[in-house]
Amino acid sequence: MNIKQLHHDFKASLIREKRFVRLYQILIFLIFFSAWEIASRLQWINPLIFSSPTKVWRLFVIKIQDGTLLSHLSVTIFETLLGFILGTLLGVLLATALWWSPMLSKILDPYLVILNAMPKVALGPILIVAMGPGFSSIIAMGAIISIIITAIVVYTAFREVDPNYLKVLQTFGATRAQSFKEAILPASFPTIISTLKVNVGLSWVGVIVGEFLVSSKGLGYLIIYGFQVFNFTLVMLSLMIIAVIATIMYQLVELLEKKLIKQ
Amino acid sequence: MSFLTINSIYHTYFTQETATTALKDISLNIEKGEFISFLGPSGCGKTTLLSIIAGLFPATSGSIQLEGKPLKADQDTSIGYMLQQDYLFPWKTIEENVTLGLKLQNIKDTDGKALKLLKDVDLVGVEKQFPKQLSGGMRQRAALARTLAVNPKILLLDEPFSALDYQTKLKLEDLVFETLKSFGKTALLVTHDIGEAIAMSDRIYLFSANPGQIYRIFDIPAELRALRPFNARNHPLYPSLFQTIWKELESLEH
Repeated sequence: MNIKQLHHDFKASLIREKRFVRLYQILIFLIFFSAWEIASRLQWINPLIFSSPTKVWRLFVIKIQDGTLLSHLSVTIFETLLGFILGTLLGVLLATALWWSPMLSKILDPYLVILNAMPKVALGPILIVAMGPGFSSIIAMGAIISIIITAIVVYTAFREVDPNYLKVLQTFGATRAQSFKEAILPASFPTIISTLKVNVGLSWVGVIVGEFLVSSKGLGYLIIYGFQVFNFTLVMLSLMIIAVIATIMYQLVELLEKKLIKQ
Repeated sequence: MSFLTINSIYHTYFTQETATTALKDISLNIEKGEFISFLGPSGCGKTTLLSIIAGLFPATSGSIQLEGKPLKADQDTSIGYMLQQDYLFPWKTIEENVTLGLKLQNIKDTDGKALKLLKDVDLVGVEKQFPKQLSGGMRQRAALARTLAVNPKILLLDEPFSALDYQTKLKLEDLVFETLKSFGKTALLVTHDIGEAIAMSDRIYLFSANPGQIYRIFDIPAELRALRPFNARNHPLYPSLFQTIWKELESLEH
């Protein structure tokens, strides 16, 4: 029996497995897009509705060259980022207030349940009338969609922190603010990160719906416009771009996770 | 006047349906430098009493005085508290954990006192490591250093060895015993382990349950007190004392 040889075999098997997974991932990607292209060309699916990858790509090149895509894209990214950051920040702040004052949390409890149950996008028309049909009401949509759920999830995490950590701090004479900073907040980082991941998706929903309603700029506007003039290649292009950018945002959150939770 | 005076403490826990008296008329005096154990069956209120002394919550009635002054709950740092588990903060390094108490009180650890304490508890070269990287015994030693770092006048030990394996526990008993003796600290140990109480203490208070009250007081003979816990367990006086306390505990449960 040769330990070195066995270890070598073990490492080789790990690499083989990794290659196998990667191969099938690429295969699925290729099969999906070629099937789409072939089905569209042979009219198995209606090319007017489902478009095709080559048409989407051609439109992408045109829209990049005339600069319209970038201006729509940057508007949407700006709104989504701001909605995401505002929603998460205000949600965590609300959770902090609830933790700080148990009385406040008892009083607000039924209202949080109602606000959480309510479909936030239904507030869209009211927001637009109140804040004007501009980017501020769209950002507000991107934010309110995640505030309440963030507050509820993070507050629950705050309350589940082992009380013995607080006992340790209390015997050192820590104030409530110190207890929050030294124990409650760092112990809840994993939960806060996972709500960040959820909020990436939620703020996209809020912003796209907001752009549907305001209909002047952004990827949501492109989707609605493409739908109205029956240009489904434009709709598909917008969807693909949203998928790519949302994935990048998600990856950035994962990067942040690795940085924050190092031990 | 005693170092720590506990004067007729009563404590009752209230819920919607019940009022449970956990402690009834507890009075005792502890002198400076003494090592005292609270021994008793579970539910005898010994941890409640320790929490009250630590100022975690006030007793229903009664008073506690340290060096003649009433103990103030929040702002008093003359009390050090060690729990069943180490409760080191997993996101802080060992050094950050040990200096936590100083940091909370805005004291700069300029002369590296924390590092010296880590050396006293035989932890060298782990300052930059995280608690997860240490064994259970090492973590509990780091917790002891953290407690000692703020220089408390009295240490409250709430079954600090109960989560450790037997060998580690015996070693740690010796280490805690020697460290506390060398700093001249007064200590209060809560335990349900008769052997540990005999080996470590100067005096044992045996509690009975429902409601918790002092049932018997055992003074440990001077021969045993002079020995380190591990050697005390091997002294000829140890088994008979163990038997006596064992019988008392048995009689309590029936």
